[in-house]
Amino acid sequence: MTPVQKLGNVDRKKRSSQQPAFGFFSFLSYLVVAILFVILGFIIIQGASVISWDFLTKAPTDGMTSGGIFPAIVGTLYLVLGSSLISFPIGVMSGIYMNEYATNGKIIQFIRVMTNNLSGVPSVVFGLFGMALFVNYLGWGDSIIAGSFTLALLSVPLVIRTTEEALKSIDDSFRHGSLALGATKLQTIWRVILPMTFPNIITGLILSVGRISGETAPILFTVAAYFLPQLPESIFDQCMALPYHLYVISTSGTDIEASRGMAYGTALVLIAIVLLMNLLANALRSYFAKKVKMN
Amino acid sequence: MLKIDSKNVDFYYGSFHALKGINMEIEANTSVAFIGPSGCGKSTFLRLFNRMNDLIPGTRLEGTISIDARNIYDRSEKVDTLRKNVGMVFQKPNPFPKTIYENVAYGLRVNGITDSNYIEETVVKTIKQVALWDEVKDKLKESAFALSGGQQQRLCIARALAISPSILLMDEPTSALDPISTGKIEDLIHELKQEYTIVIVTHNMQQAARVSDKTGYFYLGELIEYDDTRKIFTNPEKESTQNYITGRFG
Amino acid sequence: MKKFFEKIVEGGLLVSGSVTSLTILLIVLFLFKEAGGLFNSPTVEEGYVLAVNEQNDVKRLSPEQIMDIFDGEITNWNEISDQEGDILLFRLSDLTSYFSEDELGSQFEYVPEKINELVQREPGIIAFFPEQYMAEDFKGRLISGDKISLWDFFGGTRWYPTSTPSPIFGLIPLLLGTLLVSIGAIIIALPFGLAVAIYMAEIANFRTRNFLKPIIELLAGIPSVVYGFFGLVVIVPLIQKGLNLPVGETAFAGSVVLAIMALPTIITVAEDSMRTTPRAMKEASLALGATQWQTIYKVIIPYSISGITSAIVLGIGRAIGETMAVLMVTGNAAVIPTSFFEPVRTIPATIAAELGEAPAGGAHYEALFLLGAVLFVITLFLSILVEYISNKRKI
Repeated sequence: MTPVQKLGNVDRKKRSSQQPAFGFFSFLSYLVVAILFVILGFIIIQGASVISWDFLTKAPTDGMTSGGIFPAIVGTLYLVLGSSLISFPIGVMSGIYMNEYATNGKIIQFIRVMTNNLSGVPSVVFGLFGMALFVNYLGWGDSIIAGSFTLALLSVPLVIRTTEEALKSIDDSFRHGSLALGATKLQTIWRVILPMTFPNIITGLILSVGRISGETAPILFTVAAYFLPQLPESIFDQCMALPYHLYVISTSGTDIEASRGMAYGTALVLIAIVLLMNLLANALRSYFAKKVKMN
Repeated sequence: MLKIDSKNVDFYYGSFHALKGINMEIEANTSVAFIGPSGCGKSTFLRLFNRMNDLIPGTRLEGTISIDARNIYDRSEKVDTLRKNVGMVFQKPNPFPKTIYENVAYGLRVNGITDSNYIEETVVKTIKQVALWDEVKDKLKESAFALSGGQQQRLCIARALAISPSILLMDEPTSALDPISTGKIEDLIHELKQEYTIVIVTHNMQQAARVSDKTGYFYLGELIEYDDTRKIFTNPEKESTQNYITGRFG
Repeated sequence: MKKFFEKIVEGGLLVSGSVTSLTILLIVLFLFKEAGGLFNSPTVEEGYVLAVNEQNDVKRLSPEQIMDIFDGEITNWNEISDQEGDILLFRLSDLTSYFSEDELGSQFEYVPEKINELVQREPGIIAFFPEQYMAEDFKGRLISGDKISLWDFFGGTRWYPTSTPSPIFGLIPLLLGTLLVSIGAIIIALPFGLAVAIYMAEIANFRTRNFLKPIIELLAGIPSVVYGFFGLVVIVPLIQKGLNLPVGETAFAGSVVLAIMALPTIITVAEDSMRTTPRAMKEASLALGATQWQTIYKVIIPYSISGITSAIVLGIGRAIGETMAVLMVTGNAAVIPTSFFEPVRTIPATIAAELGEAPAGGAHYEALFLLGAVLFVITLFLSILVEYISNKRKI
């Protein structure tokens, strides 16, 4: 008997396992999509009724069971701004160094391994570290600057990776073309490479802002305040922050049940920030993609 | 006996018209070579015979291709049954990251054969068939990547033969190999055409002349000329064929 | 001049490049410096002494033994040493049941003397009192000079950081809690993660994939505290009612929330690695009559197995280190878990919950840093493991 004949009747069997397997995979995939929509939908529906102009612009009142979350929004804004000012330059420069300058494979490998390791360090360990170094050792106390530095160190690996990937996508011919015209390395990077990668780097940075604005554990012991009657006045003041606020009023507020509404509203604002950053990043991505095509 | 019959085949990659009105008949147990400059459509045409182009999104076929008088693009045709009957050898040797033995056994296993005696028998038989046995008999359990390029390609041929196809498609099977390995594979093709219908795409004119009974010359998506190999290489009817064969362009 | 400027810039870039390495170094330095202090802390609360009768031959008491004695779990000395005799507990507040107020003096000036007397008189006594009340010619034997040992921490089965006279810092319940929740999460997340990865890499068409990709990105972007909140208000009550449990805050709730959070990591890494399977490999398999599904599980999955393993390890790493969401949904009971459906407490949750209350420099504070160090070592190990796995694949 030739194999073909021998094989003849198993065809249906081998095909019959494909249909259910693929059906199962697509089912699970759409289940994941459904999970996301359930989470988003739930928080949007529950939170929408809480959101108002007052909620966004007033301070909490009555033991944080009513009023608004303005100080937390401001605090998160400060922290995101502060940490970005530190992490962006460091991360982008470090990415440039690794992709454009470093020639010694061992050094690149070492930095890359360290960067990967750092990105695997849990956020609560960053919190501990920030407390030991910035708050206690350097004596900054619980402050915006201590929190910003802690968050910045947490986000540096992400910024480095973003930059590196953006730089890697640029073909070497552009570098060679510029160098062949007598440009220095720095001129090549500054005038040719960076303008080309700028959109990709920017989208990466925007996504990292979204990530940072939701981090809680690193700011627990370095900056976040339970409640402050007034806004911070200097970088050495404590501040409130959205994620910490949500944690506090949903687990250990004065009256957890009465704070529920506030919690939904805060969660919605947090999600809105993430959604906004994602949308912005995607919009920029397609805008720049079109622009490149037109050129 | 007519083995492959294509009628008015047009093929599109998106809006690109890659094959234009191809008609070709291939007899059983003969070997046919497709020649022509790069991008002429010869590989695309070859890959239609086992529906490999199905994997590329945005492609479209018009016309019919029949094997053993059955339209292989008919809705009721199962693509995996077709591919079992139409073996393929690729441009670069592409063994799986498995042992030599398992590479050859793969086709049998995926087609539902569990009888280990039968599998072993077939593996040994096909490895002998491609004249690889003496070189690998002591290392059947070693990785296929340990073999040289030429050995890998013969292994890939063995892999294709193990499931006893009736047609063997070869897409520039020697383009990545050295002259000695190429010679071995050409000898093998000579052997194989006794039992199989072989369609081979090649850039190498001498190769086409050496191994094929008939030759088709493709240019810009059209089949310019299709005739006995001897006639194509000695007395082609079209000037374009003549120019290509004598190396005036290409 | 131009050259000089270039050199300066390059130097600046190099410095930036070293920031991550420097940070790791500093984390190690500060974490371990603070953590190491724990083993220099006395087993007994600072400022207090623990004493027994001179004749008592007990040598060292571990924090757990001290706690058991004062909780009345251990009532006879023969349970911890060779001698017989009931244990007589003495705390400062017990003083008035032995002596009248007159005997102690109006300013409690005779207290040290009386304690001394009592410790001499009672052979089975164990006394816990402030250092300031220790007589100059104290006749009892102090056993409070001991330091917390490595074994007390790494082998300790209880975590009572604020118990007196002797706080107990035992890693085991927290470590087991962490592992239970994380492994549970991976078991839940894995089928989903791999299925979605396979679907996106091999089955879905271009359009579906472009729809799924940003969804997964978004899932990764949602802050952990929001996941925790969602878990708290939706998943926890659901589990409590659905499984008819006394409390919904369980290891299981933590695993479910963590599973959702680990999904994007698993999906992205696994999908990327499946995409690296050479096209030639897939075509060879299909050309032999294999179905698409056979090609996936016989060629693509074996080929990308190291990437898939990395995805799993990274997912575990993410789950082990996750803090806020777990803190909010697992109930935080610091006991060795016996069931998946009981409250547990993880290492990160412990740090987050307790650091605010632990005075800087104290034993509790140091113990929390030691937990942080343990967490750091675990995740570092996982990172290196991933590095090793993915390097192996290149060969």
